[in-house]
Amino acid sequence: MTASVRPGGLLPSLGAVVARTAAEVVYVDGVRTPFGRAGSAFAETRADDLVVRVFREVLRRNPGLPPGRIDDVAVAATTQMGDQGMTIGRSAALLAGIPNSVPGYSVDRMCAGAMTAVTTLSSAIMAGAYDVALAGGVENMSRHPMGEGMDPNPRFLAERIVDVDALIMGNTAENLHDRFPQLTKDRADAFALGSQQKTAHAYAEGWIQPDLVPVATRSAELGWGMLSADEAPRPATTLEGLGALKTPFRAHGRVTAGNSSGLNDGATAALLASEAVANELGLQKKMRMVGFAFAGVEPEVMGVGPVPSTEKALARAGMTIADIDLFEINEAFAVQVLAFLDHFGIDDDDSRVNPMGGAIAVGHPLASSGIRLMTYLARDFERNPSARYGITTMCIGLGMGGTVIWENVNYAGSKA
Amino acid sequence: MSDMTNPDEVVTHARVRLLDLPSSAGKMALITIDNDRDHTRPTTFGPGGMASLDAALDQVAIGVTGKPFIFAVGADLSAIGSVTDREIISQFGQMGHNVFRRLGEMDVPTFAFVNGAAMGGGTELALHCDYRTMSWGAAAMSLPEVFLGLIPGWGGAWLLPNLIGPANALEVIIANPMQQNKQLKPKDALRLGVVDALFESADFLEQSIRWAADVVNASIVVPRPEPDRESWETIVGIARTMLDDRIHGATPAPYRALDLVSAARTTSRDEGFTAEDEALADLVMGDDLRASLYSFDLVQKRAKKPVGVPDKSLARPVTKVGVVGAGLMASQLALLFAKRLQVPVVMTDLDAERVGKGLEFVRADLAGQVTKGRLSQDKANRLSALVTGSTDKAAFSDADFVIEAVFENLAVKKQVFAEVEAIVSDTCILATNTSSLSVTDMAADLAHPERVVGFHFFNPVALMPLLEIARAEQTDDATVATAFSVGKSLKKSCVLVKDAPAFVVNRLLTRYMGEVIKAVDEGTDIAVADRSVDPLGLPMSPFNLMRLVGPAVAFHVSETMHAAYPERFHVSENMRNIVAAGKTAIWMKQDDGTYIVDPEIAAMLVQGDSPLTEEQVRTRAADALADEARRMLDEGVVAEAQDIDLCMLLGAGWPFWLGGITPYLDRSGAAERAAGRRFLAPGVASVPQ
Repeated sequence: MTASVRPGGLLPSLGAVVARTAAEVVYVDGVRTPFGRAGSAFAETRADDLVVRVFREVLRRNPGLPPGRIDDVAVAATTQMGDQGMTIGRSAALLAGIPNSVPGYSVDRMCAGAMTAVTTLSSAIMAGAYDVALAGGVENMSRHPMGEGMDPNPRFLAERIVDVDALIMGNTAENLHDRFPQLTKDRADAFALGSQQKTAHAYAEGWIQPDLVPVATRSAELGWGMLSADEAPRPATTLEGLGALKTPFRAHGRVTAGNSSGLNDGATAALLASEAVANELGLQKKMRMVGFAFAGVEPEVMGVGPVPSTEKALARAGMTIADIDLFEINEAFAVQVLAFLDHFGIDDDDSRVNPMGGAIAVGHPLASSGIRLMTYLARDFERNPSARYGITTMCIGLGMGGTVIWENVNYAGSKA
Repeated sequence: MSDMTNPDEVVTHARVRLLDLPSSAGKMALITIDNDRDHTRPTTFGPGGMASLDAALDQVAIGVTGKPFIFAVGADLSAIGSVTDREIISQFGQMGHNVFRRLGEMDVPTFAFVNGAAMGGGTELALHCDYRTMSWGAAAMSLPEVFLGLIPGWGGAWLLPNLIGPANALEVIIANPMQQNKQLKPKDALRLGVVDALFESADFLEQSIRWAADVVNASIVVPRPEPDRESWETIVGIARTMLDDRIHGATPAPYRALDLVSAARTTSRDEGFTAEDEALADLVMGDDLRASLYSFDLVQKRAKKPVGVPDKSLARPVTKVGVVGAGLMASQLALLFAKRLQVPVVMTDLDAERVGKGLEFVRADLAGQVTKGRLSQDKANRLSALVTGSTDKAAFSDADFVIEAVFENLAVKKQVFAEVEAIVSDTCILATNTSSLSVTDMAADLAHPERVVGFHFFNPVALMPLLEIARAEQTDDATVATAFSVGKSLKKSCVLVKDAPAFVVNRLLTRYMGEVIKAVDEGTDIAVADRSVDPLGLPMSPFNLMRLVGPAVAFHVSETMHAAYPERFHVSENMRNIVAAGKTAIWMKQDDGTYIVDPEIAAMLVQGDSPLTEEQVRTRAADALADEARRMLDEGVVAEAQDIDLCMLLGAGWPFWLGGITPYLDRSGAAERAAGRRFLAPGVASVPQ
């Protein structure tokens, strides 16, 4: 299959440069650990052990894939130290029992780490270098608090390369409220409430659980436990409750713990394959990659990153926002989602956006979240066969955004 | 001590968490047993731990698992050695039964998730559960009680045969413990039916719990075939015969275990557990167990912390080793040094053919290990490259440690050391593997006698754990410290001995053998003499030991010892004749498998007319051992009786229940009879009076 099946094609100029056909990339399957609250269920669980659990489960769920057929493993972590260091893509694969003939590497693009693992591996599949790849992301923020070991170059501030706020994510969110005054705290709180409610609804409907990998949790104090559902959601959230929360980043500010994602622990994994090899092995296909883009913005308003990355991805795919039926956007902060929605003229409560809720409710273990979005989108597609295209997008520290456009493999014709 | 309360107990906590089983199977209470230490202090059960588990069981559905790497390794035995009241031990047994049995008698299914090492009471805890999973990564599983002189007393002796039948149960309860305490690997535990399912360690608990949910949902049915009770007694009978052949009733624990397995065929759970309580109390109140615990402590602790050794900071690094000689012993030494120290080892001998033979031995051994999968080809290449040979001792010039393993002759050895000293540095250790020559004499004419040390291995070198390190008169502290450091790197248990004829093990064995042979010379039937020490349960009879050592070597040593101590070490003219006739064994196997005394030996035997009974021979042998051991202590050959015992346990393979030897000599009366006093105070390796 070639890229020509979709509007604009994959890389329109490729055929003119080399006599090579880009392979289609399919999202075979994705799973994740339940996300824990930092300092809670996974506080004594190693990050590499979390990756091991999701790797083993995604392989167990896809027995048609001989593990030796995996051409590469990429795992993202933001803080690549200790149990998240040591080239975790390789070390976790070995720990998971994947044959040592399968190589691996590590990826870091902060919050978009897993997304970058997917796009980088997919690029290799498209180029024909790989047939099958395993992507993952992990962040155990209990063990690796944000900014652990960070040593910013003094030139950043001395030469005003970035604003002083750029390294404190909450401040960048406050800055976004400043830039877009129409994005009020009330709108942010309302969106946050929606995220909690949609998450509760998705749990009640059993949409989320099928892709969760229950993980045994070690606690020296309490004994072994088992986390089989996300720890962070607060289904009892109310607008009144949200309104009463403190604004820790700024006196009388707008960003609260309630309209932001929390500090979380978790891991994700996804299997990717060229469509031809997926067919050969009889693997399931949940989504087909259409294209992707990353883009940069001013670091002090990093939350707006998804706007240019989405525009770029759409343009390169020859698509417009009107072609997109479903949106999985990471909710690092409510204001950052709202900035995206406002830009594209989408309502705050549009049912196409984060239909199963998002990071404000389930949490955001930094580098793992990109695949969480994709796994959600695959479920969204499954429930909505009339939806053809969807995007996963997220903002990234130091002023970036990333967007991947996906096609619903089960697309059943035009919308009713 | 008035009860089992132990102020030093490392209390094991049973922590309960309720969790959701997958597939909506319901809730499970998962119990983690953890003593809040890391896995280097494995989890054990004392009274405090039992109370915690008892409280944890006040729940609904139950799963039990351990802290990382350890499930549980059984009863906390630290206080048992000092118990004087049988009733306390009965209560200790009952306490375990009363708590553990709750797991087998619940209305809800119970699961043991054996995540790591499980031994003794830990294995019994798992056996009480309805179902067991085990991690492929678990280090070991066993019921080692019989090895220690106990029986599985918290339900194992009744539960296991009723679960997996008497043949498999006897393998776990008796055969393995008596085979150097052999442990079950996870695949063995599955094969024997001790556990129901194995899961890989990477997500062991998750998969175990998923499996448990399937069992609860009845989508998995675990077969529980009823053991064959018809053949039960036949199997027990075969085991009893094998046991008699092996230890001749020497110690009660394996027999009590056998009796319990036998009775488990028909007894109820209550009766079975009560019988375990009785057997446990009887054994704990017996000297065999106390001697076993003493032995266990020696090999676990004293063997690792040798007494009287200079500070290890004095030890010099050893980066190259020389071995003088390329014969069988020398080749074994070269292989061991290369393997453990991973430094270049050079062997020398008189001609290229002998050197080549030695190297060939090393290469062949390494290749064999590669074939068996015990060594990677890369490692074998590395080790093979480390071992080289030469006919020129100049190859030793940069060695830090040279050991000689040449013919057992003082003049030869002195000559060798003189040649080596001319080549090596002034601080290079010169070690001798002599078994009976004087190390002091060997060093006498050297420029640097202070660097000479005795380094006495036991054959086969790779397997036997003991190393007697002999300090000669002029040996300095740095040399002794280096020798111990090297010995530790070789993974040997080292005991410091004075430079005295035959050191410890061979001196005692030679004295004891001398008494047995003397009895034959005086008119005792060979069969009677050979059976005389059966009640001790030694690894082999005197004349089988002689065959292993070789009559010529044994006779040579007896002569050497006789020269040193003519009044105590017997030289047998009959033996001289047997050696001269080229005989290698006294016993000859007949076509029907039975043994007779070699008729040629019987014909040449010249005996007196004062035959002794088995008991008389045994008394003489024991008295001789007591006399010799006391003299060794008086001479300062070793620091304490404990060192003698450690040597006999590790160097001669004498059984735990003898405590090596001095606890047996004390309790049999030989010590007081032959040496005027006990070796150890009552209570040290016996039931306190």
